[in-house]
Amino acid sequence: MSPDPTAPAAPFTRYRLGTAYDEMFAAPQSPRSHYRRLYERLLELPADELERRQTAADQNFLNQGVTFTVYGADEGTERIFPYDLLPRIITSAEWDVIERGLTQRITALNLFLRDIYHDGHILRDGVIPADLVLSCRHYRREMRGIRLVRDAYISIAGTDLVRLPDGRFAVLEDNVRVPSGVSYMLVNRQVSKRVFPNLFDHYNVRPNEQYGQALLATLRALDPQQRPDPRVVLLTPGVYNSAYFEHTFLARQMGIELVEGRDLLVHNNVVYMRTTAGLERVDVIYRRVDDDFIDPLSFRHDSFLGVAGLMHAYRAGNVGLANAIGTGIADDKAVYAYVPRIIRYYTGEDPILENVETYVLTDDAQRRHVLANLESLVVKAVGESGGYGMLIGPHSSAAERETFRRQIEADPRNYIAQPTLALSQAPCFIDGGIEARHIDLRPYILSGERVVIVPGGLTRVALRRGSLVVNSSQGGGSKDTWILHD
Amino acid sequence: MLSRVADSLYWMSRYLERAEHTARLLDVSLQQLDQRPGDAQRRWERLLASLQSTTVDSEPLAITASLTFDAGRNESIVASISAARENARQVREQISSEMWEQINRLYLHVRSATMASIADEPHEFFRSVKEGAHLFQGICDATMSHGEGWHFIQAGRAIERASATTRMLEAYVLDRGGALTQSNDDQAWVCLLKSCTAYEAYCKVYTATIRPERVIEFLILDAYFPHSIRFAAETIQVATRAIAAATNTAQAGRVDRLAGRLRATLDYGQTDEILADLRGYLVPLLQLCMQLDAAIYQTYIAYPADQSLSA
Repeated sequence: MSPDPTAPAAPFTRYRLGTAYDEMFAAPQSPRSHYRRLYERLLELPADELERRQTAADQNFLNQGVTFTVYGADEGTERIFPYDLLPRIITSAEWDVIERGLTQRITALNLFLRDIYHDGHILRDGVIPADLVLSCRHYRREMRGIRLVRDAYISIAGTDLVRLPDGRFAVLEDNVRVPSGVSYMLVNRQVSKRVFPNLFDHYNVRPNEQYGQALLATLRALDPQQRPDPRVVLLTPGVYNSAYFEHTFLARQMGIELVEGRDLLVHNNVVYMRTTAGLERVDVIYRRVDDDFIDPLSFRHDSFLGVAGLMHAYRAGNVGLANAIGTGIADDKAVYAYVPRIIRYYTGEDPILENVETYVLTDDAQRRHVLANLESLVVKAVGESGGYGMLIGPHSSAAERETFRRQIEADPRNYIAQPTLALSQAPCFIDGGIEARHIDLRPYILSGERVVIVPGGLTRVALRRGSLVVNSSQGGGSKDTWILHD
Repeated sequence: MLSRVADSLYWMSRYLERAEHTARLLDVSLQQLDQRPGDAQRRWERLLASLQSTTVDSEPLAITASLTFDAGRNESIVASISAARENARQVREQISSEMWEQINRLYLHVRSATMASIADEPHEFFRSVKEGAHLFQGICDATMSHGEGWHFIQAGRAIERASATTRMLEAYVLDRGGALTQSNDDQAWVCLLKSCTAYEAYCKVYTATIRPERVIEFLILDAYFPHSIRFAAETIQVATRAIAAATNTAQAGRVDRLAGRLRATLDYGQTDEILADLRGYLVPLLQLCMQLDAAIYQTYIAYPADQSLSA
């Protein structure tokens, strides 16, 4: 029997196209033009070669200690974030839309935060209900009336984009408190250059290794005194934090000190760090500690991670924080539903990147619709992130749906619902062959003197077949993201 | 350098030295053969006294188990190595990755051992602990910059070693009611030398004739032997001066005075005077070590904010 010429060739024999947008294939065996070279290369490679390169890549991550900590597991359980060999490729034209859309969005969200913590025009104009904003878990009364340098509330954002079946990118979630994952974006690039050196050279990929310098420049711009050489530090919760590797990585990339709360103290509303050579003034803090834990005098009194009196120094204009306190209202999942209106209100423009359809459950009609259709929807707790507090209707049990139904009825403000999205799929190297897996994209946006988006982002992969959950804590992995020059 | 980092490096080093010291003492004591009934009991009592252990065990194997594996007992090997590793983990970015790997390996090694697994060959186990600590020191010297942080590591080890040796001598002296009569228990003095890895070095200087006053003189005053108190005092002074120079701290005077006084006490110590009142000589040494530890802490780690700002 001769082989069927229409059947996919190795290593693509298990590759299936579905209803979701496929990043590589326009049709079966017909790669999109920017994926053609990668496709051909994969067909040429001997069967065991990919396996060998995957092993080498994994080893590389282990040796570098690129790990994250899993909550709930034994203390100090460190795992590698699974890395998929095959790069995800985005054309220059596609990136252009993403870049403009994200710039517009962060600009509008910063104006929104400035407005909410000062005059509240948007509330009085009835664009977004005041009680919705003021009831956000992350709304901080303490921020009212504080003047920030450059009105910079969100300096660093990591926005989750998904690709819809028609090929358009849409925003799934804004992460504007302490977004993480950028270290994986950078390490993935180091590894993929080694795994596919020739292919990398062939594709005219835009660099991303300037992220460290760009981040440092963004942070320096936050110095309230605007001195020529401000001291910037990175504040970590410490070695037990799941993102500790990233904190050490970024501090090293920027050449700044990695400090813990106990290294800092506030004296006469000025922040100092305790060194063997005496106290040294700190001007800007890139804090990777949540609002709740940052100052036991102002927020949670039982926190050992923060710095007592930091809020006073901040209010006095003696230290810059990135991100500002209280930015969490801008990524509250119920406020998210209003972001297109927020963009129109402050910029007068239509949103370049759309939202995913979202039901706000304080609205009676929307809530009734959601409760009647739980098995086809995704329900999310508004203040959570990292894939925690979620119900994925099609994959849920009746008992789980019942639990969520009761929780929604008890506290509708705390939940939103979205249709189950067909996230786009991309080729991944799985069990010796290439299969399709769902992916998303988290670019990192820096907003200092101007908005800078380093070309690329973290492409997260739902490694379990059919799964739509890409979070690292829930069995997700990642791959390098290649943004092409024209 | 961040104060917290300096503190972790200092304690990482002290705890590792402590683990090695405990391993050495247990190893020597387990291998000692006794000439008279009662020797063994006195030997183990001295060992417990020199480690300041509060264990109520009296049986050698029970003492060994307790001082090796009882994680709830500060002086145990497992507790010391765990504490050293925990300090290293806090500053993993400041030490070389080779150092971290070695201390982690040593930790996993002692954590996986049990009294049953080492019972046949305890010597092998204690040797592996000592070698693990020596390897760490070698890796540290070879792979870490010899800057401020390295000097905190040296200072920690030297202060721990000076204190441990002083305490051990004190335990021997107390055991004899303070008197240093030439007795027929040479073995006890050999045991003391071996507990400081000093037996061979002693023999090279004084031959194998064991005389208590020479043993004491060697362990306190020898200028070249790394386990002597004088040698440790010199290391402490070199390290603390290097730290003072690196930090350019106006408040370093107290540390410098204490280190200088400790060193002078040993450099200009007279054997006959020391032997005339050994305990009276040892107790102030121990106090100086404790004062140094406190002064380093107050100068570099937990100084009052006002003091630093007005300086």
